Amino acid sequence: MKVLVTVKRVIDYNVKVRVKSDNSDVDLSNVKMAMNPFCEIAVEEAVRLKEAGVASEIVVVSLGPQAAQEQIRTALALGADRGILVQSDENLESLTVAKLLAKVVEEEQPGLVIMGKQAIDSDNNQTGQMLAALTNMAQGTFASEVKIEGDKAKVTREVDGGLQTVELNMPAIVTTDLRLNEPRYASLPNIMKAKRKPLDTKTPEDLGVEVKAHTQVLSVEPPAERQAGIKVASVEELVDKLKNEAKVI
Amino acid sequence: MAILIIAEHDNQSLKAATLNAVTAATQMGGDIHVLVAGSGCQAAADQAAAVTGVAKVLMADNAAYEHQLAENMSLLIAELGRDYSHVVCPATTAGKNVMPRVAALLDVAQISDIIRVDSEDTFARPIYAGNAIATVKSLDAIKVITVRGTAFDPAAAEGGSAAIEAVGSTHDAEISSFVGEEMAKSDRPELTSAGIIISGGRGMGNGENFALLESVADKLGAAVGASRAAVDAGFVPNDMQVGQTGKIVAPELYIAVGISGAIQHLAGMKDSKIIVAINKDEEAPIFQVADYGLVADLFEAVPELDGKL
Repeated sequence: MKVLVTVKRVIDYNVKVRVKSDNSDVDLSNVKMAMNPFCEIAVEEAVRLKEAGVASEIVVVSLGPQAAQEQIRTALALGADRGILVQSDENLESLTVAKLLAKVVEEEQPGLVIMGKQAIDSDNNQTGQMLAALTNMAQGTFASEVKIEGDKAKVTREVDGGLQTVELNMPAIVTTDLRLNEPRYASLPNIMKAKRKPLDTKTPEDLGVEVKAHTQVLSVEPPAERQAGIKVASVEELVDKLKNEAKVI
Repeated sequence: MAILIIAEHDNQSLKAATLNAVTAATQMGGDIHVLVAGSGCQAAADQAAAVTGVAKVLMADNAAYEHQLAENMSLLIAELGRDYSHVVCPATTAGKNVMPRVAALLDVAQISDIIRVDSEDTFARPIYAGNAIATVKSLDAIKVITVRGTAFDPAAAEGGSAAIEAVGSTHDAEISSFVGEEMAKSDRPELTSAGIIISGGRGMGNGENFALLESVADKLGAAVGASRAAVDAGFVPNDMQVGQTGKIVAPELYIAVGISGAIQHLAGMKDSKIIVAINKDEEAPIFQVADYGLVADLFEAVPELDGKL
């Protein structure tokens, strides 16, 4: 079974983002970029499926600027077999990304698509579900466990209040939640080997998808700052403040 | 122009998050219709009809919608949604699961997790874990929106008397099925609707120590939460996670115990009315957002707090 896994190039999650002074966007100049953490979990899951003999080939796809090749190379170093970059310097909204991925899915015919549940930049949590709609595939979102049983995928999902398990016809789409696995680090020999793995570049035009804006960002502002309060010296003082000053207990 | 709200419910009862979505929809303008899709969901539909501000309830009662599988629900919502200017749903895991699928079927964008309504087509939403707020204008004829519940007051659950209209169309995509669920059983309130929350972080050391927090929670009628660090360390289930990738909460009182205050945790709780931090590291970033900070060993301070309540 071929597994398609997607990776997004985003700001490193340890970096505190700042808003530009003209409030047009966040400032990403000279900021460390990395693979979206949920995509790392997706890559790890695909690699584990391959190690278990369930997956035969892992194709990793990224969409974005030329530099997103770095994230594809990282995925190749982690165990993916080949990469596809859909290159565009335009702002690609979730729906456009899903349409582009639908074309890639049509060409590649994977048995399973694994994606991160959300990217930590736009925090949309949309693309997997949109791709599932466009390809008429079943979806197992926010997955904490994935089992392949014949032509079905059994996916345990993190939902409000607990866990839900669904059975999906394959091909299917899985989006990852935090507890699905703990991603490994790439070893140096594998990083070197990854440089020789095939990486194709395509454009939205090649795939016949029009890059269209469905939304317009009017401004980006910093959130209201919360002021630090006071330090209390003892538990007794804390309880007194909560009862008599804040009146919340 | 009318707005279709997708109700969050478990067939027997309407979930509170739906009421916050009704308030958000009221600010968009237009008649508000609520879709209750489930199986044996009359009780939930009756409750939706009683919500102040709701003009009509559409009830799709069919076995295909029993577990509200996204594959089936999205077909129904997209069919009905074509006649509306807005399709709105709470940004719960159920809403997040189904709504992007609806948006793609309608060939429109989804605007996720809105925290403010500026006009019928312009909304504010947090990005980068809440470190920036984007004001976004929709260019689509149908706006598909999920609403962050904590940003809107709930609509009154009583006072309305909307008509309930049955929806006959059945959509069963037949590509997915429900196997089972394991819901955490707790007598404590749910995190997203609790008035008081006490959360533990990596400083708790292990899962057993969360009993210290539970004891305080039971005295205060509070919910118990956790930071991502505590979830990642395997102390507690992910369902308890407060933060960018977990639950977004805004209670009257939030007590953070042994939580350093990573950006991703603050994103989930910084709109709480009063924040208390108990941490032995006085440099911990959590103190920068806390109204009351106590620099102390939690294993001494929490039992002492418990004794004084």
